[in-house]
Amino acid sequence: MTRPRPGLDRRQFLQRLAAAGLLAVPGAGVLSACATGGGGPTTAAQGDVSAKNPLGVAADAGLDVVIFKGGYGDEYALFHEELYKKAYPQAQVKHSATTQIAQEMQPRFVAGNPPDVLDNSGAQKIDYATLAAEGQCADLTPLLDAPTVDDPNVKIRDILLPGVLEQGTYGGKFVMLNYVYAAFPMWYSKPLFERNGWQPPTTLDEMMALCEQIKAAGISPWAYGGTNAADYVFDLSLGMSVKQGGPDVAKKIDNLEPGAWQQDVVVAGVQAIEEMVRKGYFMPGSEGLKHTEAQTAWVQGKAAFYVSGSWLENEMKGIAPPDFTMTAAPVPVLDSGSALPVTALRTQPTEAFIVPARAKNVNGGLEYLRLMMSKEGASKFAELTASVPSVRGADAGAGATPALQSVTAALDAAGSDVFSWQVNTWYVNFYKSVLQQQLGNLLAGRIDANTFISTVQSEADKLAGDKNVPKFQR
Amino acid sequence: MRYGKYRFIASFLAIPLLLYVVFVVSPYLQAVYISLTDWRGFSPNRNFIGLANYAELLGDGRFWRSMWHNAQLLVVVPIVTLGIALFLATMTTVAGRRGSAARGGVRGSRFYQVVFFFPHVVPLVIGGVLFGFFYNPEAGLLNGLLRLVGFDWLTRAWLGDTTFALPSVMAVLIWIYVGFYYVVFSAAMKSLPTDVFEAAVLDGAGGIRTFVSITLPMITDAIKTSYIYLGILMLDCFALLQVMLPDGGPDGSTEVVAQYLYRAAFTDGRFGYASAIGVALCLVTLLLAVVVLRSGRRDRVEF
Repeated sequence: MTRPRPGLDRRQFLQRLAAAGLLAVPGAGVLSACATGGGGPTTAAQGDVSAKNPLGVAADAGLDVVIFKGGYGDEYALFHEELYKKAYPQAQVKHSATTQIAQEMQPRFVAGNPPDVLDNSGAQKIDYATLAAEGQCADLTPLLDAPTVDDPNVKIRDILLPGVLEQGTYGGKFVMLNYVYAAFPMWYSKPLFERNGWQPPTTLDEMMALCEQIKAAGISPWAYGGTNAADYVFDLSLGMSVKQGGPDVAKKIDNLEPGAWQQDVVVAGVQAIEEMVRKGYFMPGSEGLKHTEAQTAWVQGKAAFYVSGSWLENEMKGIAPPDFTMTAAPVPVLDSGSALPVTALRTQPTEAFIVPARAKNVNGGLEYLRLMMSKEGASKFAELTASVPSVRGADAGAGATPALQSVTAALDAAGSDVFSWQVNTWYVNFYKSVLQQQLGNLLAGRIDANTFISTVQSEADKLAGDKNVPKFQR
Repeated sequence: MRYGKYRFIASFLAIPLLLYVVFVVSPYLQAVYISLTDWRGFSPNRNFIGLANYAELLGDGRFWRSMWHNAQLLVVVPIVTLGIALFLATMTTVAGRRGSAARGGVRGSRFYQVVFFFPHVVPLVIGGVLFGFFYNPEAGLLNGLLRLVGFDWLTRAWLGDTTFALPSVMAVLIWIYVGFYYVVFSAAMKSLPTDVFEAAVLDGAGGIRTFVSITLPMITDAIKTSYIYLGILMLDCFALLQVMLPDGGPDGSTEVVAQYLYRAAFTDGRFGYASAIGVALCLVTLLLAVVVLRSGRRDRVEF
């Protein structure tokens, strides 16, 4: 059949496509220049500095606030915006709340039109290290040196809780204000433990013994969400290691020092997890659960312990039974010769607020952060979210929930013995694709502690030599 | 006259062509350009680095591993989906007999049509959430059913098992897509001329013979088109996996290229590298279409 084909045949089509492509390539630079190009630095609004206006806010400049609407909602932000409007009645305040931070903000950053305040948080946050390395964050030092709203003789830097400065400093510059003071304890249901006469363990041996008792009572000692949150268990493993060996243990890991993962205490922490896996202390099937499913099983009483950040109670609101009484306990130490006391707690300021360097109203953005840290602003946050803000003097008043009370008590007990690590915020990709994945393997029994340590160490060495990843030191 | 005709056609095509170039062609070209830079995505700063991203891609084990997962999806899901869809379409469209020679579906065909199409009405994301519960190792329906019938040894943490996670996801994809291709094939079969089937019946051909020698050859085009379409979906597969196994599954055993691309761009802040992955994926997709279209090319049956 030699029927003439209608239209182009494939060969002709490809030839013409190639020709069109050749013609279009010189134009590509022009095209992409308009899509990916951006304006230069903008001239930010500037007002007069006075005692009432220490940051020099232009009273009539608009303020554009973008909030991550996740576990804490955005009600607290609406309250903070009201505070701003009260202080600057002429200013138009624009509020947006979203969970798609990176996708929605990326074009705005590229076009040089970022918001004035950005709550860069949640699963879709913009990678902190990238943002800092690209010079997109305004230096927050003027804010640190400004007086607080409540007392003109106290500077903002003096009311920050320990770790907030370190957490927000990238390459020697303080650029992110992490507004929420998250603690990472082990969680249990107080009534359940009281009924059975169980005590939260303080050493690894005590924990192993308790796990055996819990297992004998017919429930699983631990639950975790293996499909997306195996890394939560790091707080147990690395937490025990750091308490045993002191804060330098984590520092070496963060600085990607050779052999950091082979430190004796780190190996011991990982071996403890391996032993717990071998003895069946983790809820069967956990490797196939999401963190939300694992948490649900835990509040249903199928497991005794769960390790997570202090947002847990807020996240399980309405799912946990009313008499569950979620209670925090610090992770145990490996043995009694530990460098840090048993009460030491991992805290990590989270919920990173930034003022973009090229915002139209940088001063307004700084002022907004200052208002957030006022007694009124911080207390309202604590009240609305049952979480601790990272400034002193916030008071949740009568609204304190059991979990919030227990976290506050644990923080008081810890005092200055708080520690943290940065590897999860500095090297997100390494954290997710290496640490989280290998921990998942360890917890599912696919690898042992030795394989875990050697794999993670070799990947960390590879990362240290990868020129595509911006590096940080502390 | 000829000249006038072309001018007439050109004037009608100019605006759509312009729109096409601006909104379809230019993003592709930009992606190619970006893939030759080290752009990090959150500022206008970027340097031209030539083919360095592609060179890195060639040696990137994680990229190839994701590609391998896509390849498995590309082979298994379309074959099973189209096979089931063909079987169901045949049963409800041409397998039954009506009168002496006319054909039709088996009894209750209309009811089956609605039932088979139903999963396709469910959005992919909802399907992912539903099946997340279905596979839940403790409270899920699947393990529950297995325990009920005494197959306890078969129960496992489906999405947490390196061997079973990807097949579990494949099952969801098949469940979702069978209905659509069932409808496509039913429509293709309904348009076939009855006289051919009558002749086959008179010649004494049975059901299977009729299917292999008549139905199948006459709907080859529909099958090929379906394979390409489904193949493109399998090379993407982002949405469902991002809902069910957002972090690449147990030991990374279900990570697909689209997820890897997404991570390179939004977690790693390497838009240049992500664009290179995208361009590579696009080339593979084009290659797939060309190979499938070329395979078994022959004269069309006209009827």
